[in-house]
Amino acid sequence: MLELFTELTGDALLGMIINSLIPLVFVIPLALFFVWLERKVSAHMQDRLGPMITGSHGWLQTFADVLKLLQKEDIIPADADRKLFTIAPILVFAGSYAAFAAIPFSSAYIGSEIDMGIFYVVAVSGLVVAGILMAGWSSNNKYSLLGAMRSVAQIISYEIPTVLVILSIVVLAGTLNLLKISEMQTAYFWNWFIFGGPEPGLIKFLLIPFMFAGFLILYISSLAEVNRTPFDIPEAESELVAGYHTEYSGMKFAMFFLSEYANMFVVSAIVSAVFFGGYQSPFGYLGNSLGISWLVPIEQFFWFTAKGIFFVFVQMWLRWTLPRLRVDQLMAVCWKYLIPYSFVNLIIIAFLELYR
Amino acid sequence: MSIKTEHMVLNMGPQHPSTHGVLRLELELNGELIVNVKPHIGYLHRCFEKHAEAMTYPQIIPYTDRIDYLASIYNNFGYAVTVEKLMGIQVPERVEYIRVIFGELQRIASHLVAIGTYGLDIGAFTPFLYCFRDREKILSLFEMTCGARLLYNYIWVGGLSHDIHPEFVRLTREFLNYFRPQVEELNQLLSYNKIFIERTANIGILPAETAINFGMTGPNLRGSGVKFDLRRNDPYSIYDRFDFDIPVGDGRMGTVGDCWDRYFVRVLEIEQSIRIIEQALDQIPEGDVSSAIPKRIKPPVGSVYGRVENPRGELGYFLISDGGLNPFRLKVRGPSFVSLSVMGELCKGHLIADVIAILGSIDIVLGEVDR
Repeated sequence: MLELFTELTGDALLGMIINSLIPLVFVIPLALFFVWLERKVSAHMQDRLGPMITGSHGWLQTFADVLKLLQKEDIIPADADRKLFTIAPILVFAGSYAAFAAIPFSSAYIGSEIDMGIFYVVAVSGLVVAGILMAGWSSNNKYSLLGAMRSVAQIISYEIPTVLVILSIVVLAGTLNLLKISEMQTAYFWNWFIFGGPEPGLIKFLLIPFMFAGFLILYISSLAEVNRTPFDIPEAESELVAGYHTEYSGMKFAMFFLSEYANMFVVSAIVSAVFFGGYQSPFGYLGNSLGISWLVPIEQFFWFTAKGIFFVFVQMWLRWTLPRLRVDQLMAVCWKYLIPYSFVNLIIIAFLELYR
Repeated sequence: MSIKTEHMVLNMGPQHPSTHGVLRLELELNGELIVNVKPHIGYLHRCFEKHAEAMTYPQIIPYTDRIDYLASIYNNFGYAVTVEKLMGIQVPERVEYIRVIFGELQRIASHLVAIGTYGLDIGAFTPFLYCFRDREKILSLFEMTCGARLLYNYIWVGGLSHDIHPEFVRLTREFLNYFRPQVEELNQLLSYNKIFIERTANIGILPAETAINFGMTGPNLRGSGVKFDLRRNDPYSIYDRFDFDIPVGDGRMGTVGDCWDRYFVRVLEIEQSIRIIEQALDQIPEGDVSSAIPKRIKPPVGSVYGRVENPRGELGYFLISDGGLNPFRLKVRGPSFVSLSVMGELCKGHLIADVIAILGSIDIVLGEVDR
């Protein structure tokens, strides 16, 4: 894709800029859509209608909200650390946006095909932690500080089971490159890693239960990483008001908000890329059977988005059903259950792969 | 080597999403661990007791509505019972039945708010809206009768302001039939939820002895396993005619007297209230509701203490009359005010998140704490 843009514009730098802006064009409408979806999902679960006035079924509601936030006064608390307070939301958004660079949207487009793809995504997601801690510290508010501390402890702890599960997939795939991992799971849905991966044989069937366990661990930790219920402790509104972004208003608040929803999609995309074939269709491509080759990437893009949205929907579903854990219980879930299980899972998968 | 550290003081409230009104809790924290809790009250003080000295007896009734705004009928009820006791008024049968039906409907409505907001405190948003949806239906029944949805001014000294609507009995039955399965749904969604139990069981344990020493009443006392209910132990109105159980906490999920027990006693009480209402609807006689209302309320010289079991516990009115048109003194014994005093005892050694769970489980209404 980069080559194409470079050729079209005739300038390497310009091509690079266009290439890197594509995810932004994708992310912002998607985040706005998720905010709307969250409201509708919660409303319908709770016997309500949700936004209905702005546009048909309120689909313009988030646009109106963002416009409102843009016009709002940008308040910085008197005793806040002004520099950190301003940088924090940008850093958080940058962290979640940067992750999109290595996520394959389809076989035709990936921001940057780096061999360390999945490692890169995990690493830049860690950048969000720094932003959150900055926000909590610089606000000079006790609730913000408590929220930020909880958030940091939580995200760092839950990165371990995430990485361990991803590692088990890397063992099977033999690559860290997300594009290659997705490419491997092509053709039909039984080639997805959740069903034991593309290689046929007895081992494939033996792998299936461990793959499901791995998927559950990864999904639970991804919930914790994006601070969603039952792990939304950093912003537990009944305890900490709004957690680390209590003092934020206007566009800075919107940045936190958008990056939260963008992050939800990133973790969903990771889950679908490593376990559910990424952008691959579950049952072949219409473009292939019709012989229209340009249709295939579009279909792939559709499947990628659909899977991502589905997992985001599950996150919302859980949020509006479950209560919230306490901070020490959250840590106990991670250190006492998820990490040992994911270790055992990794070892078993590695052994099975060894004796394939 | 020792590092000098100091405790952080965090003011929770008066504007905080889960202090159930305007309460300020001064938390002394060691990290996230509670060292001490000091409740500061008085943000909603409206001088009810002083006002009452300057008003005639019927004029006070709308003010009693505003004491505990989630259980207004019960405040009217308690006040009416107290004044009637002093004046020796015998109210008609029909009035007694309507009072009991309304009182129990009010208990269900109040417990629904308690349960719903408790879920909200723990982080479950959806049960809250389910509870409010059902509460709306009860409020509609009230509205149909006396035109008000929150502050009713319905139970008067010696009678009622209006008779019930002709459709009231049928619609109440319909509501009860609809509502009974909803309680089961609530249990599945919230009460038996693993995370909810983790958050509330073994938290804020209130032993029976401590509860009695602090003067706790109502579901908070019964959650600690003490079977004490004024409807049974000191029957007022016609409560001795009905068949109902008094649920107590049994430590099913943890220890007797923990937050889950206090919460679940309320759920069980809803079921008992349904039983009482059904019996009352079957027995309700015809009659006039305003025949016993005195033209001029002028109680004899003397003092009286009347108490009723309101959804939060013992609501008592101590009334001194000097024989005039205004009471000489009207003192209210509010259950929430008493319950709040136990906060410091319950919270020690818990985490911040538990303060919310404990505060929600003792179910206070700040309007009544401050009066």
